[in-house]
Amino acid sequence: MEALTSQLEALLADNSIFTLQTLGYYGEGLVTTVQLVFLSLVIGLVMAIPLAIGRGSRHRWINLPIFLYCYVFRGTPLLVQLYLIYYGVVFIEGIQDTWLWAILEKPFVPALIAFTLNTAAYTTEIFRGAIKATPRGEIEAARAYGMSHRLMLRRIVLPSAFRRALPAYGNEVIFMLHASAIASVVTIMDLTGAARFVYARFYAPFDAFLFVAAIYLCLTFTVLFLFRYLERRLLAHLKPAGG
Amino acid sequence: MHRSKLLLAAALCAGLATSSAQAESDAPLRLATDVPYQPFEYALPDGTLAGFDIELGNAVCAYLERECEWVVQGWDGLIPGLQARKYDAIMSAMTISEVRRRQVLFSDTYFQMPSVWVAHQGSDIDITDPESLEGKVVGVQTATLQDNYVTDLHGDTVEVRRYASWADVVTDMRTQRLDLAFMEYPTAQSFVNIDEASSDFQRLGDLVREPARYFSQGVGVAFRKRDRELAEDFNEAFTALKEDGTYAAIADKYFDSPAP
Repeated sequence: MEALTSQLEALLADNSIFTLQTLGYYGEGLVTTVQLVFLSLVIGLVMAIPLAIGRGSRHRWINLPIFLYCYVFRGTPLLVQLYLIYYGVVFIEGIQDTWLWAILEKPFVPALIAFTLNTAAYTTEIFRGAIKATPRGEIEAARAYGMSHRLMLRRIVLPSAFRRALPAYGNEVIFMLHASAIASVVTIMDLTGAARFVYARFYAPFDAFLFVAAIYLCLTFTVLFLFRYLERRLLAHLKPAGG
Repeated sequence: MHRSKLLLAAALCAGLATSSAQAESDAPLRLATDVPYQPFEYALPDGTLAGFDIELGNAVCAYLERECEWVVQGWDGLIPGLQARKYDAIMSAMTISEVRRRQVLFSDTYFQMPSVWVAHQGSDIDITDPESLEGKVVGVQTATLQDNYVTDLHGDTVEVRRYASWADVVTDMRTQRLDLAFMEYPTAQSFVNIDEASSDFQRLGDLVREPARYFSQGVGVAFRKRDRELAEDFNEAFTALKEDGTYAAIADKYFDSPAP
């Protein structure tokens, strides 16, 4: 490890911008971005599945609140949601004295909440569309076997809906990764925050932002590759015909 | 004087207007300023000029052993007047900028807005004691000299939060998310009424103006581009006045106490 560090140091010797220190900032930024995006996607996904089922419910009191939630979170910019959750809630009288303050004080959790609620809204809509697009024949066949609604959902509808939703969901993952760039406005040192810091330090916008763009490209490539793999392997028997 | 002899020799070597160079160094130095711009320059009721620039300019002239005259000139005519040789230098709280640098020659920075540590009223943090700073959360505006200063000098003891604007810093001061903020003094005055009894916040320690590598962009004296020697004389004078305490005395008089 030490040998690697000194080797890296030698490599960076005549470079005034990309020193070990600034690479350290980028490294920490990368960890923060990946943490933030991964956690919000996982929690968002877990939330989205029941919401998507509920969204297709015939009961108005289940269906309508979910519709409103999706409408509000898809209808407003993520940046505004982030501002409201980070700066807005602090103006609720007395919130500093409650247990909530312990988690809202640091910027990470408010950003995580905003990102999660946002991605859950989009994912709900993606899954709802996929569920709605279940071929009638599959449902009729399940009914003919005497499956209950619950069993049919679990065995027939959800698996094929997941498969259909996969490409669109892959897009959502990439959008979320890129949307996370706004985390730096609430002082989180994510990848973009690190780039802004280096830019300001050395007045070198090209170097700082091209470097970070390259990191985002690598991340996006990883996500693309992962989804390509999943599409090929996972639930391969449900692959849409001709796809 | 040794310096003027050298100047003379240089002029002789170049075979250029020797007499005019000599005449210029005897004639009073004319400094232009735009009043009022408190506390940098303003006219007293009896018509005489006062202010930070005026006193510092007079101190420079005393150091250079030259007679000085002040010329009052409106702001937008300052640089054209310099080029029309109505005066020899502008000392009017003029901020050094790249655009102006194309037209005039600037001295070194002789004044930089001081920065200030802002804490909650009743805070027990001692800014000079690194131990009491340990683990504290400090807010700055991202990409400012204050950001660089805190990051470099205190980055390993405090947690630095970088905001998009000063308003955000102040919001998070009010919400108790931040223990400290480091900002320009005038900003602190206008945003949180620092140094006023009614303020929710208090200033910690003295105003911060050092070290020069953070506080270098600022106000400079403007000269005609060809007057390189004169600019260097001023730079030398500033260095000497900073060393012998004259500069600090003048700055304290005009900036640490409320502007008159």
